[in-house]
Amino acid sequence: MADKVLMKGNEALAEAAIKAGCRHYFGYPITPQTEVAAYMAKRMPKIGGTFLQAESEIAAINMVYGVAAAGKRVMTSSSSPGISLKGEGISYLAGSDLPALIVNVQRGGPGLGGIQPSQSDYFQATRGGGHGDYHMIVLAPASVQEMAELTVLGFELADTYRMPAMVLADGTMGQMMEPVSLDFAVSPAPEKPWATTGTKMAREHNIVNSLFLTPEELEQLNFTRYERYQAIEANETRYEEYMTEDADIILAAFGIAARVSRTAVNEARKQGIKVGLIRPITLWPFPYAPFAKAAEHAKAFISVELNMGQMIEDVRLAISCKAPVTLCNRAGGMIPSPGQVLEAIQKADGGVSK
Amino acid sequence: MTVFEKPHAMTDVPMHYCPGCTHGIVHRLVAEVIDELGIEGRTIGIAPVGCAVMAYDYFNCDMIEAAHGRAPAVATGVKRADPENHVVFTYQGDGDLASIGTAETVHAAARNENITVIFINNAIYGMTGGQMAPTSLPGQVTQTSPYGRDPKLCGYPVKICEMLSTLDGAEYLERVAVNNVANIRKAKKAIKKAFQNQLDGKGFSLVEVLSSCPTNWGMTPQKALQWIDEKMIPYYPLGVYKDRSAAKEEA
Repeated sequence: MADKVLMKGNEALAEAAIKAGCRHYFGYPITPQTEVAAYMAKRMPKIGGTFLQAESEIAAINMVYGVAAAGKRVMTSSSSPGISLKGEGISYLAGSDLPALIVNVQRGGPGLGGIQPSQSDYFQATRGGGHGDYHMIVLAPASVQEMAELTVLGFELADTYRMPAMVLADGTMGQMMEPVSLDFAVSPAPEKPWATTGTKMAREHNIVNSLFLTPEELEQLNFTRYERYQAIEANETRYEEYMTEDADIILAAFGIAARVSRTAVNEARKQGIKVGLIRPITLWPFPYAPFAKAAEHAKAFISVELNMGQMIEDVRLAISCKAPVTLCNRAGGMIPSPGQVLEAIQKADGGVSK
Repeated sequence: MTVFEKPHAMTDVPMHYCPGCTHGIVHRLVAEVIDELGIEGRTIGIAPVGCAVMAYDYFNCDMIEAAHGRAPAVATGVKRADPENHVVFTYQGDGDLASIGTAETVHAAARNENITVIFINNAIYGMTGGQMAPTSLPGQVTQTSPYGRDPKLCGYPVKICEMLSTLDGAEYLERVAVNNVANIRKAKKAIKKAFQNQLDGKGFSLVEVLSSCPTNWGMTPQKALQWIDEKMIPYYPLGVYKDRSAAKEEA
């Protein structure tokens, strides 16, 4: 069995990025993700990598764009308000088909909001965040171990599909400490013949670009990109099911909300309530299929979120409104307690029994 | 005997620039310098948003199209991806470099980022059809300053070379013009130095090129070149604003 070390989520994520071959990190301080930058500032110079504190989140994402264009694994991290600033750059990454990893350790919003944990950037992340028709692969860790593993997966998927990927963590995941094993396999970056690394006078010049003034050409590029997105939906959707097989009530939750929900499921099961949990690991692509399947027997769904109800829309879509979906939430940096989730389960059970 | 030919670093793609626009001249100077230094195979150019947005089609080296104003940040990434081999230049207009991208410009200079910046100052937004630029002169009539730029209402022009020369980081800053043959020759010398500095690892080198925009200035090409001489150069004096290495040698 691999050795485990006790690490903070943000630091495990940073070390995993280095393991994934990332040697370029650009960031700007913002709570609650600054440990990622601090860790990179210490580690990168020792391994011949680049850590650079940019003048803004906008500059940081554009430095990422430059390294990605030059064909290397690269990342930036921030928290909610900073991610809004990166939206422009993320759209350009998507439009130029460039792979990169963006980490959002979410805090409460809108505006400057607060610095406590939140999941209120679900819409922003899963719908793209910037302008134009595009998606990012969005990965939602629910443990420090997953902070590390999904970071590696993020780099791999970004490279495979030539697009930006995001680790969407809530502040809890960034700040909490858990034993973690960093002993896992990493796929090396593939060849990138499209990269702008200099022609060496041996090939035609490469152009990294998102401007296409002929509408027919731009339309075709959008069509082609969405064919790739369909392949991702088919091949890369990830989720975890917990006690869903016989469940009358299904909880939907990711990140810290999934941890809380799992505790509530165990408690409710002790009380004889048939309840289960579906935890999306990829938020885009969203795991519609397990929800649709669960809707064949489940009579009620509860979306547990640290926001005013965002993922709930995908849950409703997934089950084609075949059963009622209620929201169990806290917002603004608050986290629902297992007791609150249990109450929501009991309430739903009352409805189911009648 | 060949007496004149296109630099290898330029493609055969016909340019979209208006008649009398000096972008073509500056593109050619950059391409000649790339040829003369023998660096085409390891050069990566960053195109801006603005009239030169399609510069990626005109240079034979690898090219990247950046978001508006972000070229120095993109260049930073490309340079740091392989500092030993990559030669990186940005080619930006005044709206791109001196308005929306001011922060990226200032901080790339402050870091003495080892890149070359070609800055086209024509005192107007060309691509969008002639709006006021951060470098439009007081009194200058544009689509968005139809009664002339009023400093009381919208402030004064930004003098990039002067401003950046206050930074300890910047290596080399020179303002040139391309309104006559003598000035074009000086412009080429400055551009060559800005690339040579990068090859020598000296750091951030920016050449500001006073350029014409006959279409949006509403002038004939000839009158536009005269306007550079009569209006722009007095406000934006030509010359070297900073040359850290030369200053060191003198000391």
